Amino acid sequence: MVYKQRLDGRKDDELRPIEAKAGVIPNATGSASFKIGKTWALAAVYGPRELFPKFLQNPKEGVLRCHYGMMPFSGSGERVRPGSNRRAQEIAMVIGKALEPVVDLSAFPNSVVDVYIDLPQTDAGTRCAGLSAASMALADAGIPMKDMVSSVAVGKVDNRIVADLDYREEHIEEFNPESEGASVSDIPVAVIHNTGEVVLLQMDGKISKIELVTALRLAQKVTEKIYLEQKRALLERFPRE
Amino acid sequence: MGTLKAQERNIVIPGEILAEGMDYLPGENTYREQENIYSKVLGLVTLVGRVIKITPLSGPYVLKIGDKIIAQVTDITMNGWRVSTNTAYTAMLNVKDATTRFVKKEEDLSKILAIGDYVVVRIVNVTSQNLIDVIMKEPGLHKISGGRIISLNSQKVPRLIGKQGSMISLIKERTGCEITVGQNGLVWLKGTPEGEYLAEQAVHLVEEKAHLEGLTVRMEKFLSTGVKA
Amino acid sequence: MISNKETIVALAAQQKRLDQRGLLEYRKPIVIETDISWTAEGSARVQIGSTVVLAGVKLSIEKPYNDTPDEGGITVNVELLPLSSPKYESGPPGMAAIELARVVDRGIREAKAIDVKKLCITPGEKAWFVIIDVVTVNDAGNLFDAAGLAALAALNSARFPMVNKETGVIDYKHKTTTPLPLVKQPLPLTVYKINGQLMVDLSTNEEIAYDARLTVASDKDGTISALQKGGSEPLTVEEIDAMMTIALEKARFLREELQKQLK
Repeated sequence: MVYKQRLDGRKDDELRPIEAKAGVIPNATGSASFKIGKTWALAAVYGPRELFPKFLQNPKEGVLRCHYGMMPFSGSGERVRPGSNRRAQEIAMVIGKALEPVVDLSAFPNSVVDVYIDLPQTDAGTRCAGLSAASMALADAGIPMKDMVSSVAVGKVDNRIVADLDYREEHIEEFNPESEGASVSDIPVAVIHNTGEVVLLQMDGKISKIELVTALRLAQKVTEKIYLEQKRALLERFPRE
Repeated sequence: MGTLKAQERNIVIPGEILAEGMDYLPGENTYREQENIYSKVLGLVTLVGRVIKITPLSGPYVLKIGDKIIAQVTDITMNGWRVSTNTAYTAMLNVKDATTRFVKKEEDLSKILAIGDYVVVRIVNVTSQNLIDVIMKEPGLHKISGGRIISLNSQKVPRLIGKQGSMISLIKERTGCEITVGQNGLVWLKGTPEGEYLAEQAVHLVEEKAHLEGLTVRMEKFLSTGVKA
Repeated sequence: MISNKETIVALAAQQKRLDQRGLLEYRKPIVIETDISWTAEGSARVQIGSTVVLAGVKLSIEKPYNDTPDEGGITVNVELLPLSSPKYESGPPGMAAIELARVVDRGIREAKAIDVKKLCITPGEKAWFVIIDVVTVNDAGNLFDAAGLAALAALNSARFPMVNKETGVIDYKHKTTTPLPLVKQPLPLTVYKINGQLMVDLSTNEEIAYDARLTVASDKDGTISALQKGGSEPLTVEEIDAMMTIALEKARFLREELQKQLK
């Protein structure tokens, strides 16, 4: 009952290959594509624009509104019914809350900035990929931001604290015969780059307090890699030739 | 002692450190946190004496009194028109600020400006809640007819206009188009179909290369060869 | 671009367009990629100019309908994502998405492009059902042609998933090498009328100015399997005739692109 080596051979702090690109949706004010392993998120930002219905308007600052959706063919099992559901609404909400501390919409009272996240294919870690893409799209849109937000899932698979779990690790019993009866905890985390402060934290599974802190330290360390990819992609928008 | 952490004309992203220590001052689109100055937007580092500011490469137009903008009529009210401004805010154009001629009380305002019409107007008032008044009763302000309206990011408008209007004059001269640049990023072009198309490509060139130096040389080259360098 | 309707209409009279294209010329580039989503049984990304759509095929095993006990089935669904354009909002599909889905669906269904009898596993009990989802990523115009092309490319790339012999449960993680029983290659092609002139591949700027449109789904041999007239102006029979000629010719062009780019 020991997870000796990660199923895909990665080191504990090793992320899956990342492909990040900004400015992928010309219609949008800002946009980004973020792929990590086989999880792929697209994000588009529209606004600041007029917010309807009017009672949602905030006279002090603009409202940041996030939307999250899996494309119907993006689930690893059966077709995903299009349209909103409780899971999508909750994820959109936690992503919005993660971005609020860095986004400054005080110059745009009564307006809305819409962030749309849609995933063409998934292999665990979708909210983290979506959030990393959204942060890039907001920067690309020229929205004033204190800092970037970078996100990745960490967790405990059997006895190991690892970064960026994929679907097979999330379901380790099914894929690793030696891990029968093993428990998995999946911890999506997002941090603000400069301060390392945590803006998104959820967990499914079981973990001790000590292990959790270890996992959070690991998240702080590996989100730096996500940040560097986000930055590289944003700068690539403006080639020096 | 202060240390500069970013170089002039480098591109930085939000949250990137620009300077350490109190010798430098935070300018537009930056903020200070304790000893350090950070960027607040994606843009180019600009140093003016000891002040560090960021020239954004994208981002929303911020309404300013005195700006000439291109707007579209979205509604007709009792005493004028509501126009959209290519921002999150609509503006009011009062009848008395739209035309010098006397408009009778019962006159059909849609005969003057109909819904969907584009207008070149000037911003005369902006409240803290971004309620806006515009006027159309000045030389150079008018209803738009014909030609085409294109958009570019409003942050790139200064580059499109150029120093003392040099860039826009160059484009006008070489494409034979009448061109009106709205500060809100809407640009009206009117000429021959070929001229309008060339002018449109020229505006796109500014959009794509605004972060680079030597834009005028590139523009000269493009307008003579049709190839974007 | 926001453009002016009156300018588009005036240009049409001179057989010209805003971007200097010929009336029957498609935007460039046309890019067709398949297998872009590992979670789908078949998938494609289609780009025409700056219009980008994705299509994914999902397969499931269901009980056949009572009136066709020995047949599987197909469904086409289109999502106009708010991600892809400022004009789309969240919520249930509107009329534009429904029409788009119905036109692509009829083109495939009526051509009998998929041999639905071959989708049957046990008559009256089990058959494969094919769902094609098309989603927009950047709507820069002419979604009919882009959606139809993406749907067809995704169908071509689809492979049946493995099925557990004992339980009969689909193992979506593993694909077989068996393609769908695709016996026809129907492709919808849309011809638009602006100020008396016929043209193809309108951009979103031009779409505000068309009087009428006709979408024609046709197969390789020119057999027509579905038609849809849109727009608020009528068409004469002569115009319809001319539009069909253009549609068949341009469908050949798009089909060649598809063949070239499918691996």
